[in-house]
This record gives sequence, structure tokens and C-alpha cells, in this order.
Amino acid sequence: MIGRDLLGIEDLERADIERILDTAERMREIGEREVKKVPTLRGRTVVNLFFESSTRTRASFEIAGKRLSADVVNFSPSSSSLKKAESILDTARTLDAMDPDAVIVRHAVAGVPKRIADELGAPVINAGDGAHEHPTQALLDLFTVRQEKGRIDGLSVAIVGDILHSRVARSNIYGFTKMGAEVRVAAPPTLLPACVETLGVKAFTTLREAIEGADVVMALRIQTERLQGSYFPSVREYSATFGLDRVKLRYAKDGAIVMHPGPVNRGVELSPDLADHRPSVILDQVRNGVAIRMAVLYLFAGRRRRPGLAADAPAGGGAE
Amino acid sequence: MKLLIRRARLLDPAAGQDEVGDLLLEDGRIVAAGGHIDGLGAPVLEAAGLWLAPGFVDLHTHLREPGQEYKEDIASGGRAAAAGGFTTIACMANTQPVNDDPATTDYILDRARQDSPVRVYPVAAATRGLEGQVMTEMCALVAAGAVAFSDDGRTIQDAGVMRRVLAYSRLVNAPVIAHCEDRCLVGEGVVNEGPASTRLGLPANPAIAETVMVERDILLAELTGAHLHVAHVSTAGAVDAIRRARERGVHVTTEVTPHHLTLDDEATLGFDTHTKVAPPLRSAADVQACRAGLVDGTIDAIATDHAPHAVHEKDQEFTVAPPGMIGLETAVAVVLGLVRDGLISPLELVRRLSTNPARILRRPGGSLGRGEPADLVLVDPERRWTYDPSKGYSKSRNSPWAGRALEGRAVRTFVGGRCVYDVERGVLVP
Repeated sequence: MIGRDLLGIEDLERADIERILDTAERMREIGEREVKKVPTLRGRTVVNLFFESSTRTRASFEIAGKRLSADVVNFSPSSSSLKKAESILDTARTLDAMDPDAVIVRHAVAGVPKRIADELGAPVINAGDGAHEHPTQALLDLFTVRQEKGRIDGLSVAIVGDILHSRVARSNIYGFTKMGAEVRVAAPPTLLPACVETLGVKAFTTLREAIEGADVVMALRIQTERLQGSYFPSVREYSATFGLDRVKLRYAKDGAIVMHPGPVNRGVELSPDLADHRPSVILDQVRNGVAIRMAVLYLFAGRRRRPGLAADAPAGGGAE
Repeated sequence: MKLLIRRARLLDPAAGQDEVGDLLLEDGRIVAAGGHIDGLGAPVLEAAGLWLAPGFVDLHTHLREPGQEYKEDIASGGRAAAAGGFTTIACMANTQPVNDDPATTDYILDRARQDSPVRVYPVAAATRGLEGQVMTEMCALVAAGAVAFSDDGRTIQDAGVMRRVLAYSRLVNAPVIAHCEDRCLVGEGVVNEGPASTRLGLPANPAIAETVMVERDILLAELTGAHLHVAHVSTAGAVDAIRRARERGVHVTTEVTPHHLTLDDEATLGFDTHTKVAPPLRSAADVQACRAGLVDGTIDAIATDHAPHAVHEKDQEFTVAPPGMIGLETAVAVVLGLVRDGLISPLELVRRLSTNPARILRRPGGSLGRGEPADLVLVDPERRWTYDPSKGYSKSRNSPWAGRALEGRAVRTFVGGRCVYDVERGVLVP
């Protein structure tokens, strides 16, 4: 059973994931209407607490909240002012005193959403914490694959790139393995986390081995400024060895799809034509992100802990 | 003043003695120990069922005074030590100001005489300001009362500086204590590199960062003939390196903390900053290697690395919160688990808590011999209690054992024949 907070895919059961994906199917239908709004979360307040800058994820949560008629408040304290003035917990407690129905947290350090969740009455949804988890990204990726392939069970999924620093990789590894897919990861040895096999994946140091016969190839964004020169010698060498183009994609299964959490470094992780055209499904991922976040808000917002009361489910439901 | 302690289990590693008997002390010194003693009217303390050992000696504490008294001070740290059965503690130099000149050493000793129920021996910085560049005035510091030299967590990265510090330390016949971590290999790492760091997504500190530095410092100790003391060893590789070095006669001693003997990196999985420590909690295999090293004698001593931090400091992002945990009040209970597990005898445990650390510092203590200072601890190895740091003596609460049920506790502590702690009445002096 789904808990009060959504902190990571690692904490979820397969049935929880299926429930979120099924709910998102109904939410997608709302997004296809001419009037993309239902009253489900009317009178509920959702706070976007983004300690780390983000445009896409924040906008996606904001649109999701608005489509469900929630009041969405964006709060983005800059990390520098935080260092000087107030602690993350002060910020979180201050917000909580205003009785939000859900707090969406992004932070550059792993574990912060959990620490905030321990403190708050409001349910916390992790929108990405360090290299730990990014659960809604994995859910939208699962949703997209299910849509494209009709199933997840039994598929072969290859994740290529900076596995070491990637929360998207971790959440997707948990998500796809829980849903019955086989997951392979590929990166230069410097960008593979220690003992990555303990997460239930096969690790490779060549692109070809990882994507051979894969149904899904997911490329991760490379932070070139940070990694070039220390984790790999140059962008040119990275793109030659781990960048994906139509020629290398031939090693994958016929009909394989290409995914990327965005934003894409064109010509680094993906060749430009691959980034912009089938079989890449990058914009479908973005579109599905709104449906997934609507589903997550629907299922989690309002599960506020109140003294003497059990967590309550949201009332009403235009989505039902 | 006399006291006869009767029918205790006397544990005297210095004499290899483990037997039930009496101990008589008078005027701060041990008069006799073993067998039945006629106290000739001396007050009697019945101690049947208790262990009587030379007081514990902690090679590694942070008392935070001068400069960070909101975390701890010599009075509170000294009381925590007394409550944990320690009669002597060595305090690290990373105070504000740094203990890198005789005036600061004087200050610490002066405060300790006034405020601390236990003996306090300052460890002076090995380099000025702990900056790893200019060595401190070791002769003057030793004359002022420093017993060892260490930059502790600010590991001397420059091998040339470390070589000269070790060489020069021979002038004063004091150990150089090294917190062995290669800064470049540690990087931003805050948890042990392995399955746990991979799941947490936190920057990882690899075991090799310690092993590489231990190997370097062993080679430098071998070259210079100095006494290297490796602080809080935490990895299988380092234990192995030290074992090999001792076999070939290098003067290297080492300590391990209660937490590195009992907790592994799985404890970090909930992002609890109370499990953040330097060096980090390691793998289960490393814990086993540390235990094996303690049992076979490669590791000489158990030291707490008592590192107090305020609640608001620990209540930060995992990467930002300062490393360290308090340990003086829980050490005995935690390491008694090794005796219950059948790994080590009570006598050998006391050797590592008392006799060996006293010898490493070249100070009295660690013995129940006639004429020795009556620094003693009575331990009830079966006493059950629940640790509540808010009711303890340390000013700080950063312990991974908070709220945990523990077994075994110091019930009386004597320094120079004076009872400074009684579990029923608390710390008694000053």
C-alpha cells in the first residue's frame, strides 16, 4: 500500500506502481480535453519547494496541480541565502505551518526530502534529490514504455551514461526491475557506481553490449562542465564511445525506442536527428510527465497527518 | 583515606591477572590487589559480580574547549568520561584556537585541573593551525604537557611534511597520531563507497583512501624510526597493512572506535546524520577485519573519537552536517558486546581500553600493581540500561545509540583513589 510520502521508487511495491500508472491513464485523458481542468483538488494547496533550480520539472508539477484545480505555490529559496540564513528544516517547518496539502521537494543533496518528510505533517513528494531518486521521472518513463510497448514485463531496458551521478538512473533501475524488465547499464568505468550490480542490473562498459537486443535505450544527460577532464577525457571521446546515433542503434532490437530525461545535449548523448525524431519518444515523456504528476498529486495530496486523525484521502473526484 | 573493594573480579592486564579478590587503596594509590585482604578497619565496598579494572584511557576525544563550548567543554567532557569509566582522556588539538602552542596547552591543563573529574592529556597539533605545513614547537609543547602530536582530521597530505614531523617527533619521544585519509581519494565522499553509497546516491568515500595513507605513513615511520599511531582504523586493508608492518618491526600502534567495531554502512541507509563520521562506517567485511585485528592484537586500543556536535549542526543536509559522534558514555556497553559474542576475553578487552592506551601515551595507568595510582573502574557487565543522551553528561546528543537498550555499564569510577562517579549518584566531583 502506498505510504504517506513519495520519496523513491525503492519504497514502492509493484502494485503501487501499477496503481499510479493506471491513475495516470485517466489523467492523460483530462489533458486531451479542450478544457483541461477538473475540480478534484479544489481548495487544496500544493507547494513546489525547489531548493535546486529546475524549469521543466517545476512547470510539470505546476501544470499538473492546476489541471486538478489545486492552488500551486512556487517557493524557490536560493541555496546561497539558505546557507547564510535559515536551515532547510526552518524553511520546511515555516511552510508546513501554512498547512499545505502536499509539498514537492527538490534538493541537490540526497536524503533531504526524507528529512523534510520526517518533520512535516504534509505529504512530501520527491522531485529529485541529489543522485538518490527522482521517482516521478521513473514513473513517467514506465508509463511511456507501457504506452509504446504495451507492457513492461519481460522487456530489456538499457540505460546509458552517467549512472554514478544520476537519480534518474537509480529510480528507473528500481522501477523497471520491479515491473519485471531486465535492466542493463553502460558507462565508462569512472561513471559506474560501486557495486552497481547490487541494484539488480547488469553493468557494461561498452554501449554495444548494453544495447544489444534492447527494447528500450535510455540515454542520460551528461553534465559536460563537471565531468569533462575528470570522469572522461573529452566530450568528443564520450560521444564517440557512448553517444547514440542511428548506426549504433542498429544493435538494439528492431523497433527499439530511445528515451532521454532531457534536456538533451545534442551531439553528445544523442545525435541530433535521433533526439528529434522517432524512434525517440522524448516529447511523449514530457507530455506523460504531466499525467503522472497529476496522478501522484491525486493519490498523495491531502494525506496530511493530523493529530488524532488518520491520513485522509482527497474528497470528490472528477477524475473517477 | 583508605578503601577496601571486596570480592570483585580483578582484571589486571599488566599482570595477566583475572581472578576474584579484594583491592585495597590508600592515599590515592593501590596498596594491594588480589586474594583476601584485611582492610584493618578501612571502609568496605562490596563488589561481588562486578569487574574491577584499571580505569579506561581514551586516546581520542574532542573536548571542544577552548572555542566551541556550545558543543562540549572540559567540564562536561570530563564528566562524560567519568560516567563511561574513563579515568584519563587525551584531547585532540582542533579547538579554536588550535592547540598548537604552549599557552593553549597550559590553558587546557589549567581548565582540566579545575573542571575535570578525570585526567586530561592534551594532544598538540603536529603543524601550526593544522595547516599541514609548518611543524609545531614539539619540545616546548611536551614541556607544557602535550603527550602526542596530531592534525587529526586535517590529515597531513604532503608526504614531505609528514616525513619531517615523524622524524622530528623522535626528539620528544611522543607518538604522532595520524588520521589516515588521502584527501584526493576521499573527494566529496561522505559515506563508505559500496552498495550503500550507491543506493543512497551520496558521494562515496572509498576504503582505499584510508589504506593508501596508512601504507604511506607506515613507510615514513619505518624510514624515520618514529612512533606512528594510526587513529580509528576502519578498513580491512589498513588492518592488514599494520599487521604486516608490525611483523617487520615498524613502530606503529593503532586504535579502533566502538562504532567501527559494531556498525557498518547499512546504518547510513536512512540518511541519519548521526551515522555520518570520519572515517565513514565501512562494509560488514571491514567491521569483521577490525574485530579480528582487535582480537589478534594488531589493533592495540579502543578509542572513542568522542566528537560532540550541536543538534542544529547535525540537523542539516547529509553532505553539510559535520562528521562525528559522541561515545564516552556508551563505549563500554558497546564493546562489551564483543565479549558476549565470545570474541575477546574481559581481560584482553581491558588491555585495549586501559593498559595499551596508557603505554602508547607513555603515562602511568592501566595496571592494578602495588603503588600504581588508584585510577579504577567498576563495571557491571550485565547491567541493562537505555541510553538517553539528553540525560547524559555530554553537552551534545549526536549518538547513533540514542534510545537504544544497552547491556553493561561503568558503575563506579575512581581517579587517584577518589570516587568521581557512582551510577546511583552521578558524577561527584569537582
